[in-house]
Amino acid sequence: MIPDDIKLSGCAPFLTTYTLGEVEQGAACCVPIPHIQVENLCVSYHGKPVLEGVSLDINKGCITALIGPSGCGKTTFLSTLNRLVDLIPGSRVQGRIRIDGVDVTDPSLDVLGLRRKVGMIFQKPNPFPISIRRNIEMPLREHGLRQRDDINERVERALRDVGLWEEVRGRLDTSALALSGGQQQRLCIARALALEPSILLMDEPCSALDPIASAVVEGLIQSLRNRYTVVIVTHNLAQARRVANYAAFFWMTEHVGKLIEFGYCQSLFESPSHELTAAYVTGING
Amino acid sequence: MLKSYFRLNDQMLTIIVWFSVVLVISGFLWLLSDIVIHGIAKLNVGFLVNAPENAGRDGGIGSILVSTLLILGVALLATIPLGLGTAVYLSEYTYRGNAMARSIRLSLDVLAGVPSIVFGLFGNALFCIWLGLGFSILSGGLTLACMMLPIFIRLTESGLAAVAIEWRHGASALGLTHVAALWHILLPAAAPAITAGLMLSIGRALAETAALIFTSGYVDRMPDSLSDSGRALSVHIYDLSMNVTGGDASAYGSALVLIVLLIIIYSLVVSLTDHFLSKRIATS
Repeated sequence: MIPDDIKLSGCAPFLTTYTLGEVEQGAACCVPIPHIQVENLCVSYHGKPVLEGVSLDINKGCITALIGPSGCGKTTFLSTLNRLVDLIPGSRVQGRIRIDGVDVTDPSLDVLGLRRKVGMIFQKPNPFPISIRRNIEMPLREHGLRQRDDINERVERALRDVGLWEEVRGRLDTSALALSGGQQQRLCIARALALEPSILLMDEPCSALDPIASAVVEGLIQSLRNRYTVVIVTHNLAQARRVANYAAFFWMTEHVGKLIEFGYCQSLFESPSHELTAAYVTGING
Repeated sequence: MLKSYFRLNDQMLTIIVWFSVVLVISGFLWLLSDIVIHGIAKLNVGFLVNAPENAGRDGGIGSILVSTLLILGVALLATIPLGLGTAVYLSEYTYRGNAMARSIRLSLDVLAGVPSIVFGLFGNALFCIWLGLGFSILSGGLTLACMMLPIFIRLTESGLAAVAIEWRHGASALGLTHVAALWHILLPAAAPAITAGLMLSIGRALAETAALIFTSGYVDRMPDSLSDSGRALSVHIYDLSMNVTGGDASAYGSALVLIVLLIIIYSLVVSLTDHFLSKRIATS
């Protein structure tokens, strides 16, 4: 069975009353319990550094937005968290990333287990060319779930969580590729949720969707707050302001990505402490 | 002026394109109708099941059909697992530009263009003599496999390489093992390319004559086992038309059977792949 280590007892009561404003006032949910601790992270591809000296703590149950211009290493940062960066030939990661206190840069780490715990959603919806049901069921089976009832229950729960159940319950066995873009993206989120992760990484999850589908997915991301730690890359600053508790601003200096500023989303947008941030969030730069 | 000049060009292009299509199709239809007209008289159940008599002038092609299918079966049994394995190695276990993979690809491309007579002599030396299999269906099938592998591997590999990178990343991000990603996503997604590879290789195998004369031989009786010599349809057609006077009618009949056989096998491969894919899409 997949251990259920994600419940945040301190957060649950605030689920309905939670707003961005309360983060500022230090609402119980965001009493900072670091979930992901990044220390002096440097990434290079074929010896060429792309990300340098990134240190930040990402808090449990909160939504953290990564903003900044294209090519400044946001996606690279995201893919170091679930070790997807391993797939890129010539990549090298230095520094330390701890998730729940475990160093995930350790070469001997069980990467498949890590990726189950840290789900990832991509820019372009990528459901597999199999049925809707099997998209969710197959990873569950591969992670050792065997009981038919158990699997069915998880499939239904994941689809309900993303608001897709009523839309697809009658056609679970038809191809997932027949769904609309927004539905496909929600299916991908459901597929990740079914594995009961504690962290969700999202790489511009709405940028390939039309405005209506985008709003639906954004609402879904809001609803994940407190249950999952969400790290979301977005180029849509308004979206970052709407959904995120924390924001991290990345900028590229001399072709190397750096973390410029990190803090509460609201203060980063309203009273940025760095002039680059100020220029970016007001649209002067980038 | 300018306008009419371009219009003329467009018309020329249309004519050239249509001319090429008609030329190609009529060539094929001519060949096909020639075989059907001359061969249809021979075609009956007796022709399909009886043994050849009088050096093939009379009787049927029963034993030859059996030998052909056995040789093809041996070739496919060797080609499919070996070919899939090599294609997966090339596309999944090596990076582009890896020296080993590059040299394998180069040698496969060279092998795909080697004349079949060379494969026949190689098969004769390796399987018949060195491995002591003699003139047998096994030798013939394995030699054919050597000829089919380069085509099959290259097409399967390009099919795998063309699978969307998003699916690979998606599979990795879900913590799937390499095997699971291959089995559930990559191979089914590459199925159309694998089918195409299989059809081209089967086509090459069924059409092969030179390589088989040296390996499976041309004894036309019913084979007792895989280590028995057997005559393939293509060899039979060659023998009837070149060495047997008065064998033309049987040669036409055999050619017609060969073409029908190809069509049947092609449809079988397509429907099998379809079945394989739709099974994946439905619940397990």
